[in-house]
Amino acid sequence: MKPATFDYQRADSAEVAVAALAELGGDARILAGGQSLMAVLNMRLAQPKRLLDISRSTALAEVRIDAGWLHIGAAATQASVEWRPRLAQELPLLALAFPHISHFQIRNRGTVAGSIAHADPSAELPLCLLALEGEVLLRSSKRRRTLEAAAFFTGMLTTARSDDEMIEAVRFPLARPGTGHGFEEFSMRHGDFAVCAVAAVADAKRLRIAVAGVADQAVARDFPVLGGSALVDALNEFAWSLEARDEPQASAALRRRLVRELGRRAAEKALATRSDRT
Amino acid sequence: MSVLSRETLHVVTLQLNGQPRSGHAHPRLLLSDFLRHELGATGTHVGCEHGVCGACTVRIDGVAQRACMMLAVQADGRELQTVEGLADAGVLGDLQAAFKRHHALQCGFCTAGILMSCADWLGRVRDPSEVQVREMLSGHLCRCTGYTPIVAAVLDVARLRREAAHA
Repeated sequence: MKPATFDYQRADSAEVAVAALAELGGDARILAGGQSLMAVLNMRLAQPKRLLDISRSTALAEVRIDAGWLHIGAAATQASVEWRPRLAQELPLLALAFPHISHFQIRNRGTVAGSIAHADPSAELPLCLLALEGEVLLRSSKRRRTLEAAAFFTGMLTTARSDDEMIEAVRFPLARPGTGHGFEEFSMRHGDFAVCAVAAVADAKRLRIAVAGVADQAVARDFPVLGGSALVDALNEFAWSLEARDEPQASAALRRRLVRELGRRAAEKALATRSDRT
Repeated sequence: MSVLSRETLHVVTLQLNGQPRSGHAHPRLLLSDFLRHELGATGTHVGCEHGVCGACTVRIDGVAQRACMMLAVQADGRELQTVEGLADAGVLGDLQAAFKRHHALQCGFCTAGILMSCADWLGRVRDPSEVQVREMLSGHLCRCTGYTPIVAAVLDVARLRREAAHA
């Protein structure tokens, strides 16, 4: 399978990319790591007129800690975050999730922001951004705006990004002391898209659980700190609220069961790894 | 920056296993096809063309990546290593020799990609566990071996390299 024809423009800065987007809008697509987009192009599910390649922009590949956030530029690869020596302290949830994201060879080129832009309802990085209440920094030739994850994702492979905007960066809040995390996933094979994935974040007062792979986008819900049968009941109600559908690879009943079981495991791990639990 | 037109062939110049090479590519040409059809480097194999099978894995500036998920024009000016670069003057490299010793290939279709992944990964993870090796290999499909001899070969190379480093 080969892509249809397109023009190619190397955009080594956000300024160049947004200028082209201002001119072409939805006819242009940002090519970052391409680990979702190239597959889509090869299968001709998308046929943009021009690709704007930001993959060699050093400015956009920056990953830095900035006022309590891990700021990840649009061209930064997943590997550049995954192999950070202190990731398990900075963002324990991402350290748990990365091994589930496709494969080593894909994470070497795929970008964090690209996965979030693609917004696959089964993907781990959008799930983590939502669970951790991260933000997406959008930029056009006219303005910049920052959206919370919950406002950015709007449905199956769709987001609040306008055609003239690019994601300039995404940012995850660094783990606060005392917070615990859990991540669980079931997929047909290692590295495949999740049939169901659950991220849980817990502190002294709140248990936040987010689920991917069931609804048309990742869904997060906040609970008080729960355990035992109260947790089981809450997860059961959450599972039914996601309105899972029957699909060839997994029935709705299996998906509800996965939300209950993986949700319980992730929640219990998040609660158990809080360091200041009382 | 200038726009490369879809209608035009563009010159792509890169380093292939230490040698400067160049060829022509339309923007939509995949790097995997450029290597095989334009440069004649057919050691890199093409399987699924959507990043799943791993047969086309090459190293770009040292990093193992899928050649089918990258455009030839994106490789301009970069350093590529493919399976053809692993043997030195006709002598198998240590990874290749271990694969032969452990019968870690049968038809060989997946092997070129696996070797390039291992070449990058073993440089980063010097003392891997079997679980880690299997996780890295999950990015490659092999329908002949059942993976067990591949895992053994990779662990053996890691051990031999550690021993050589301490010798």
